Amino acid sequence: MQIPYEVTSRPDTGLWNAKLGIWLFLASEVMLFGGLFSGYLFLRLGAEDGYWPHGLLNVPIGTFNTAVLIASSVTIVLTWANLKMRNWVMAQRYLLTTILCGLLFLFIKLVFEYPEKFAHFGAYIKKESTAKYEAYLGNEHARSNGLSPRYEISGHLEAVEVTVAGDRAPLATFAEKNKLKLVEHPAGGEGHGANLIKVEGLDHKAGVSPAKMEKMARIPGVTIEKFELALDPGNADPSNPANDRPHFWHQHATDKIATIDAKDVSWASSFAPKHSSYFAIYFTITGLHGLHVLGGVIVMAYFYLYGGKLYRKNPEHQANRIEVVGLFWHFVDLVWIFVFPIFYLL
Amino acid sequence: MSDSHAPEPAHSAVGTDATAAAHDHSHDAEHVAKHIKTYLIVGVVLIVLTAVTVGLSYVDFGSHAMNWVVGMAVATFKVCLVGAIFMHLKGERPTIWRFLLFTGIFVVGMFLLTLLHWYDPIFGTQQAVR
Repeated sequence: MQIPYEVTSRPDTGLWNAKLGIWLFLASEVMLFGGLFSGYLFLRLGAEDGYWPHGLLNVPIGTFNTAVLIASSVTIVLTWANLKMRNWVMAQRYLLTTILCGLLFLFIKLVFEYPEKFAHFGAYIKKESTAKYEAYLGNEHARSNGLSPRYEISGHLEAVEVTVAGDRAPLATFAEKNKLKLVEHPAGGEGHGANLIKVEGLDHKAGVSPAKMEKMARIPGVTIEKFELALDPGNADPSNPANDRPHFWHQHATDKIATIDAKDVSWASSFAPKHSSYFAIYFTITGLHGLHVLGGVIVMAYFYLYGGKLYRKNPEHQANRIEVVGLFWHFVDLVWIFVFPIFYLL
Repeated sequence: MSDSHAPEPAHSAVGTDATAAAHDHSHDAEHVAKHIKTYLIVGVVLIVLTAVTVGLSYVDFGSHAMNWVVGMAVATFKVCLVGAIFMHLKGERPTIWRFLLFTGIFVVGMFLLTLLHWYDPIFGTQQAVR
């Protein structure tokens, strides 16, 4: 069966059918992302002063990825233009470039951005205990400079100190399986009797990942007593005006180690969605956006591999298909143009 | 079956621009070729504006709200460029503009619902809670 109006316009709409279809779809997509963006707005307005993080994402990588998406928007429109000019070879080259840009975007996101967040560690200090950690929070400095109060101490989790009620064997087994080392009677462990055990990574650089820490906390009898972390620069030197505003370049954790009592912590985790409403909405929106990039890549790959047959039969139809996937692709770019500043910069 | 759904050019008598263009590929191709430079320039402008957005976010405009206004202004301008040039909205059919008009109304309405809930201007009961 021949589907009508795939190349020429329908008299009543003035559009060929697929174009009408994609624009209706994009209208629904605007509502989908619009709902999430208004969710972002709601969470952000609702966040108490000091509880909306800044500067936790890697700005240079985000900037580069933005440029990659913009470049791919150019190449997909050039694919369409070359099909219109009946220049098949060039069109295929630009289409392949677009696909590779989409894959590069996903690769960067999944290799250089997300995993680092899951490895990072942050602990929110209870409000009544913040004075105890003034050396890391620098609230005196923040107050006198009109900055938001600070509640979180973040960095690389080097070790945790635990107490065990009853049988120690499950903890020992867990440590062995997870390349962790148990140190009994660690220095400064007074007050917990002989029970205090320091758990650190066999490989010092790896430390204890937040995920391992959480699993350990679920072993029966095990209670996390202290976190030892290599501080992020903002917590290592909180009164330094250079740390008042987020940095452009990514800052690695320093060598300065802080020990935090678990009883002073209201919430501790990696920078996973559960960390805060900030990371929850960050992963939701960027995750959904990433799925859109993946969807676009799949459709474009199909057109790249199987478009030749249609092109020989009806080149204008192939050009229209690329125009439609291009409209979708530009929309994905357009969403990112808002995502980038609201999560990375503002 | 094929009779009732006869594919073009049975309807081309209506003579929309698109049908005319489909009949004259050489004219169409010439038209497109002229736009290629525009696409490249817009691409470069968008990347430069990305760098500008990053730069401006480190400038202190007096208040964080002001940084938001500046950041959103640049982003909106970028989105308009993408829409007008890459998505060919410049010179697009009225049908699509009508779609977009209604989409705009609905999405603004959705944001207003969120803000209405947050600022609670009608009943004002939230004030006591906060």
